[in-house]
Amino acid sequence: MSNVDTDPGREAFKVEASELLTELETSLLELEEAPDDEDLIGRVFRAMHTIKGSGAMFGFDDVAAFTHDVETVFDEVRNGRITVTKTLIDLTLSARDHIRALIDSAETGEAVDETGAGKITEGLRKLLPDSGEQSVAPAQETISQERIEERAVTYRVRFKPNRELFANGTNPMPLLNELRTLGECEIVAHVHDIPLLDEFDSELCYTYWDIILTTTNGENAINDVFIFVEDECEITVQKIDTMDALDDEGDYKKLGEILIERGDVSKEELQRILNNKKRLGDLIVDAGLVQPDEVQAALVEQQHVRKVREKSQKKDSASSIRVPSEKLDTLVNLVGELVTVQARLSQTAVIKNDPEIILISEEVERLTSELRDDTMSIRMLPIGTTFSKFKRLVRDLSNELGREVIMLTDGGDTELDKTVIEKLNDPLVHIIRNSIDHGIESPDERVKKGKPKEGTVHLSAEHSGANVLIRIKDDGKGISTEAIKAKAVKNGLITVDTELSDNEIYGLIFEPGFSTAEKVTSVSGRGVGMDVVKRNIDALRGTVDVESTIGRGTTMTLKLPLTLAIIDGLLVRIKDENFVISLSSVEECIELTQADVAKSHGRHMVNVRGELVPYIRLREWFGISGKEPEIEQIVITEQSGRRTGFVVDYVVGEYQTVIKSLGSIYKNVEGLSGATILGDGTVALILDIQKMTQFVEKEELGSLNNS
Amino acid sequence: MSKTIMTVDDSASVRQMVSFTLKGAGYEVVEAVDGKDALTKLNSAQVQMIITDLNMPNLDGIGLMKEVRANPSYKFVPIIMLTTESQDAKKQEGKAAGATGWIVKPFKPDQLLAVVKKVLG
Repeated sequence: MSNVDTDPGREAFKVEASELLTELETSLLELEEAPDDEDLIGRVFRAMHTIKGSGAMFGFDDVAAFTHDVETVFDEVRNGRITVTKTLIDLTLSARDHIRALIDSAETGEAVDETGAGKITEGLRKLLPDSGEQSVAPAQETISQERIEERAVTYRVRFKPNRELFANGTNPMPLLNELRTLGECEIVAHVHDIPLLDEFDSELCYTYWDIILTTTNGENAINDVFIFVEDECEITVQKIDTMDALDDEGDYKKLGEILIERGDVSKEELQRILNNKKRLGDLIVDAGLVQPDEVQAALVEQQHVRKVREKSQKKDSASSIRVPSEKLDTLVNLVGELVTVQARLSQTAVIKNDPEIILISEEVERLTSELRDDTMSIRMLPIGTTFSKFKRLVRDLSNELGREVIMLTDGGDTELDKTVIEKLNDPLVHIIRNSIDHGIESPDERVKKGKPKEGTVHLSAEHSGANVLIRIKDDGKGISTEAIKAKAVKNGLITVDTELSDNEIYGLIFEPGFSTAEKVTSVSGRGVGMDVVKRNIDALRGTVDVESTIGRGTTMTLKLPLTLAIIDGLLVRIKDENFVISLSSVEECIELTQADVAKSHGRHMVNVRGELVPYIRLREWFGISGKEPEIEQIVITEQSGRRTGFVVDYVVGEYQTVIKSLGSIYKNVEGLSGATILGDGTVALILDIQKMTQFVEKEELGSLNNS
Repeated sequence: MSKTIMTVDDSASVRQMVSFTLKGAGYEVVEAVDGKDALTKLNSAQVQMIITDLNMPNLDGIGLMKEVRANPSYKFVPIIMLTTESQDAKKQEGKAAGATGWIVKPFKPDQLLAVVKKVLG
């Protein structure tokens, strides 16, 4: 329910709890000085009690549950059964911090580290006089409960209300509807007790119901539905089918067996009837043993269980299989080849202009694209496993560096190509290290600045079109642009008078040999790290974005393509040469006339709606001879917030690009990231626009420094 | 047409909480400060459900339920009583007086809505 979040009651509770927590802290600290002060113990207890009570009232269940344990201990202290020790004070203080975290997390929606809470609770339980059993029992209980919850069990529920059911305002319909929400449910109403109209009292309830319900919620959930009426009604809940019985019995019980089991008919009676040759249901009814609707209910039960079993069997057989990843790689390669061949087929079909071939080619095209999508989706893995690896890293690093850091994750179920996930590991390690080492301050420093003692590193992933965004956000001291600039000048990356936007300055930290840490620590400061990040992300055809506020923290956003093998490209042409630019970085295409060139006085700049955008002439870059057409095209691309244009002769259009590597001979060629085979069999080179831009910038910088 | 629920309680904060929660879920709410006030207001408003506290001045919850059940037009209206954990005897007494169900205090908005849904549909 969304309106709970904006409930003024919750706001009031937050304010109240915050005051109570502050009071609790002072009381605890005073209590450490005077451990026997009953007045103080009372204050601590009351604070806990109020937080628990109003927490439960306003939907802070976790707060209430957690506070309950602490309250229990202080109840014992109040009764003189436990004495106040340093351990107790320590534990209660950390408990207080945890409560605050829980309340804050309700606001931000961020997860709270549960392991810390577990330790606190466990520590507190140990302090209780009869600790041994108490600490073990609840753990076991929760495990067995979970087991019950996981399995779908079919129940037979008979709900036979008293005739006077309506008299206290009960309407059975909402109850039946509530049962329906628990799981797959069939309800049969037994109406044979309803008298004829002249004897009918409209204020009485004559009907009763048989409900067959398959639910994972357990028997208690069913009993809960009837909690208000259990005294006035006859309610029986029987477990009739757990899914594990599948192998023992071939089919579900026969109609007769069900009726016997329900006590509607006895075994002897059934035997006698069975000697006749009519359908069993009719026979039993004819014999006057049961009412037709009772047979109907039994039949419904039979069908329901059959249906549920069938479904679960289907589910079992449709479960997963394990395949070596090389097989998948081969499959993707083959699909890549197929896409290429299909492109040739389409082109040939168009040239031949044979309707029959065109028809076939279109069919193949449709199948290929389906096959491609399916194959790609097979390779997708949730990123969550990678995330959980970092929890350990954060813990170890923060111990090593004397920081207190909480790591939160979001969007762990976001799916990414297997290769991308594997290659993402190193960059993420570097970024997280940097956040903890350079970003998050030491606990003392944080307290001085009025921040919570623990820093947070928030790792999240989300889809954004054909890309996945991975954010690493810390609440540390942020990145000082001045410091970066000074350092970059010192290292000769820029000149003193270079004018840079904030974005460009942040980009400098990814330059090789750059590090702003004042001293080298065991994890960072040696100047390797961020350039590795950049290189790895570039290799994945991704981008890194940095956002930072001094004193508030830094957010790094990695933008990665969903898959590496096939991309959407923009096919362009210069003379007879074809090139592909990754469509994800293309913003727009504009025209470049000879007049525009003349106006810009030899500088490679073009005015795009008031903004000057530099451009690179691919004709010159690749040394293609011949005269350019009267009107050229500029493909405007965007990377890390900067725009660059690429001048080509013609823009052909969108093209499904299957990426082929160029082979080791060409691996040092700047500005190309691969090649692809076009429909007519010719090769088109894939441009690495990022590298090209960097290369041109470096050259410019070099010529500036030399002059 | 949205259904109207009456909340009867001498504590203004409980009334406010109940009323806010129900209004948020799309119900109309009539507030009454005690049993007597509730009976007067029942005569002028059409109410589909009553949520009442048990301990109130003038006319308590038990008395109110008995009166309501005696009124032909409210004979079958669902009545939910607010009880505390220690009042098991009171709960029985309430049921005898015609309560449809109960909510144990303290309760949360979600629990309140679940109960309303259970008896009102």
